[in-house]
Amino acid sequence: MMRTERNIAQVLFRRYLEDPEEIALVLHFRGGDTLITVRQLFEGAAGHALRYRAAGIHPGEVVVDLLPPGEDLLYSFFGATLIGAIPSILPFLTEKLDPNRYRESLDSLVAITRPAALIAESDFAAVLRAHLAHAERVKAILDPGTHLEGAEIPEPSSWEGLKAEGSSVALLQHSSGTTGLQKGVALSHAAVLRQLAAYLPALEFSTQDVIVSWLPLYHDMGLIAGFLLPILAGAKLVMLSPFEWVRAPWLLLQAVSSYHGTLSWLPNFAYNFSAARIPDRELAGVDLSSWRAVINCSEPMAAESHRMFTNRFRAWGLRENALATCYAMAENVFAVSQGGIGEAVRIDRVDGEVLARQALARPAESSSARVVEVVSAGPPLRNCELRVVDPDGSPRPDREVGELVLHSDCMLDGYFNRPDATAEALRDGWYRTGDLGYLAEGEVFITGRKKDLMIVGGKNIFPQDIEALINQVPGVHPGRVVVFGIFNPALGTEEVAAVVETDPRSRGDPARLSLAIRETVATGSEVTLGPLKLVDERWLVKTSSGKIARGANRDKLLAEES
Amino acid sequence: MDDIEDRLRAYLADNCLHLPPAQIPTEQPLLTSGLVDSFHLVDLALFVESEFGVRIDDTELNPGTFDTLNQLAQLIRMRRP
Repeated sequence: MMRTERNIAQVLFRRYLEDPEEIALVLHFRGGDTLITVRQLFEGAAGHALRYRAAGIHPGEVVVDLLPPGEDLLYSFFGATLIGAIPSILPFLTEKLDPNRYRESLDSLVAITRPAALIAESDFAAVLRAHLAHAERVKAILDPGTHLEGAEIPEPSSWEGLKAEGSSVALLQHSSGTTGLQKGVALSHAAVLRQLAAYLPALEFSTQDVIVSWLPLYHDMGLIAGFLLPILAGAKLVMLSPFEWVRAPWLLLQAVSSYHGTLSWLPNFAYNFSAARIPDRELAGVDLSSWRAVINCSEPMAAESHRMFTNRFRAWGLRENALATCYAMAENVFAVSQGGIGEAVRIDRVDGEVLARQALARPAESSSARVVEVVSAGPPLRNCELRVVDPDGSPRPDREVGELVLHSDCMLDGYFNRPDATAEALRDGWYRTGDLGYLAEGEVFITGRKKDLMIVGGKNIFPQDIEALINQVPGVHPGRVVVFGIFNPALGTEEVAAVVETDPRSRGDPARLSLAIRETVATGSEVTLGPLKLVDERWLVKTSSGKIARGANRDKLLAEES
Repeated sequence: MDDIEDRLRAYLADNCLHLPPAQIPTEQPLLTSGLVDSFHLVDLALFVESEFGVRIDDTELNPGTFDTLNQLAQLIRMRRP
C-alpha cells in the first residue's frame, strides 16, 4: 500500500496525481458537511506552504500548530510537510483555559523545541506576537488569514518537502502540560511509513474502509489513526469535532451510520460515556452494522466497558465482535499491538491476589477469591518486539509482570532537543515504556504503570504539573501537595485525585479553598480535579528524606475511603 | 421559587464540585471556570431534562447560554412547560 515513497509528502503527491477528485475526507461538523477532495487537500496545503515559505521557514524547522479543528488545521499541517518543515499540533486555547497559564506553558515549549513559526487563529496569534516578540528563532506567528502578496502557486512537483530524506523528522508529538511540552517525540518519515506498513495488515485494512473519528489531532491516536492513516493509506475519513462530540456523543454513531463507517478508535472512557449518555431518541434510524472494528486504545482497558458498550448498542446493529483493542504510544508512532480484528477480544481471567502479591498472572481457578479480568491488547505488530523485563533489564518469562520494553523499526528518533531524556528512555535500542504488563500465548496484557503518569479520558497528564498548579493557590502549604490517578470504574477512566496540606497560617474557609483549587486546576490544565482532600500537617506520608511519596499517599487515601 | 436553585445546587455539589451544597455561591461561574467540564455537560443537560422537563440542546451547552447556577435556573424557568 505504501509502495516506495520515502516521505509523507510523496504519498500525498501520489494520491494527488492518481485521483485528485477522490474525496479524501469529510468534515462532519454541526452546521454541515464539508467534503474535501485530494486536490483541495493538496492545494490547501500549498497555500499554507507558501505562507511558511514567505515567512522564511526552512526545511527541518518546526512549525507549531495551535489551530482549532477544521480545514485550516489540516492544510497547515500538510503545508509544513510540503516545505519539508516539521509540524507539531498542540491543543489550542479554549475558553476555559487561563490564557496566562497557557502562554506560560507555551514558553517552556518555545524554549526547548525552538519553533521557527507558530500558527493560530488571528485573535490569539495577535496575543502571541506580543508575548513572543523577543523569542529567539521564532520568525513568524501566522494566522490562516495572513495575506500573501503576489505569491504564485508553484508547480506541485517542485515542493522541497518531496525531496525530504526518509530519515528526516516528519513531525513532533507532545503530551500536555509543562512536562509534556518539554518532551516532543520526534518521528521520522520512515518511521511513520513503516508504522503504516506494519499496522495496516494487522487491521486487515482496505481502501474501502471508512474511518470515523472525533479524536483531537494533538494526541497520537487522533493524529495517526484518526488522520494520517486514512489520508496516507487512501481510505475515506469522516472527521468530527471533539468539542461537539463531548456534548453530543451520539454524533459518532450517527456518522458511522450515515457514512457506513468501518473503523474507529476510542479511549476506554468513551465506551462508558457513550453507553451511559446517549438517549434512544438520538439513535432513531441508526444502523451500526458496517462498523467492523471499534478499537479501544490509549488508556487502561476495562472488560466491563466493552460489555456496557456492546449491550447498549447491540440493538442498533453493533456486531458482537466489533470491539477490538490496541496498545500504542507516540514513541512508536502509534500502534505496538492490535487485537480483536474479526474475532472476540481475549479476556484473561487471573487470580487477583497472586497478581498483586507475586506479580504473576496465574489463570483464575474456582478457588480464587478475587478474579481480575485483563483485556488482551493482541499480538505485537510484525515489526515490533516486546519484552517484559526485571528492573535490571533481564527478560521475564510469560505471565510474569514487569516493565514492557519495545524494539521496532518505527520508533522515535529521540525527544526533540532533549538528548538527556532520550538517553533515559532508550537503552541499547530498546524503549522503556514505563508500562507494566505480561505476555501470554503471544499476546500482550497491560496491568499497570511504573511511571507516575496519569491517563484521564485518554489524555496523558503528569501529576507534577497539577501539583505545581495547586502549589500556587493561596492557603495551600507550598510543596505539600500530592496528586495521583485513581481508576473510576463507572467512568471507565482515571480521575485526578489530590491531597493538599493547608497552610497553617491561613484561616480561610475550606470550601472556598476547595473551589479555588478546583478552578485553578480546571483553567490551568486539560483536566478537572476528582477527589480532593484537605489535610493538616500530620496527614501526608513522607519518606525518611522528607520527600512526599505518591504511591504511599495514594494507598493511604484509598484505605481511608474504603 | 428557590426550589430550582436548590435542586441544581444539590446536583452540582454531588456530581461536579464535591462540596456541601450550601457552599456553592449562585454567582459562581461554572463553565468559564472549568468547574463543570465538558464531560459533565451532557449529564447536566440530561438531569435538567428529567428533573424539570426542559430540553437544553447540545449546541447550547456553552457559556453563551448559561454560566452560573442563577442563569441556568432562569433558563429553566423560561422554558418550563
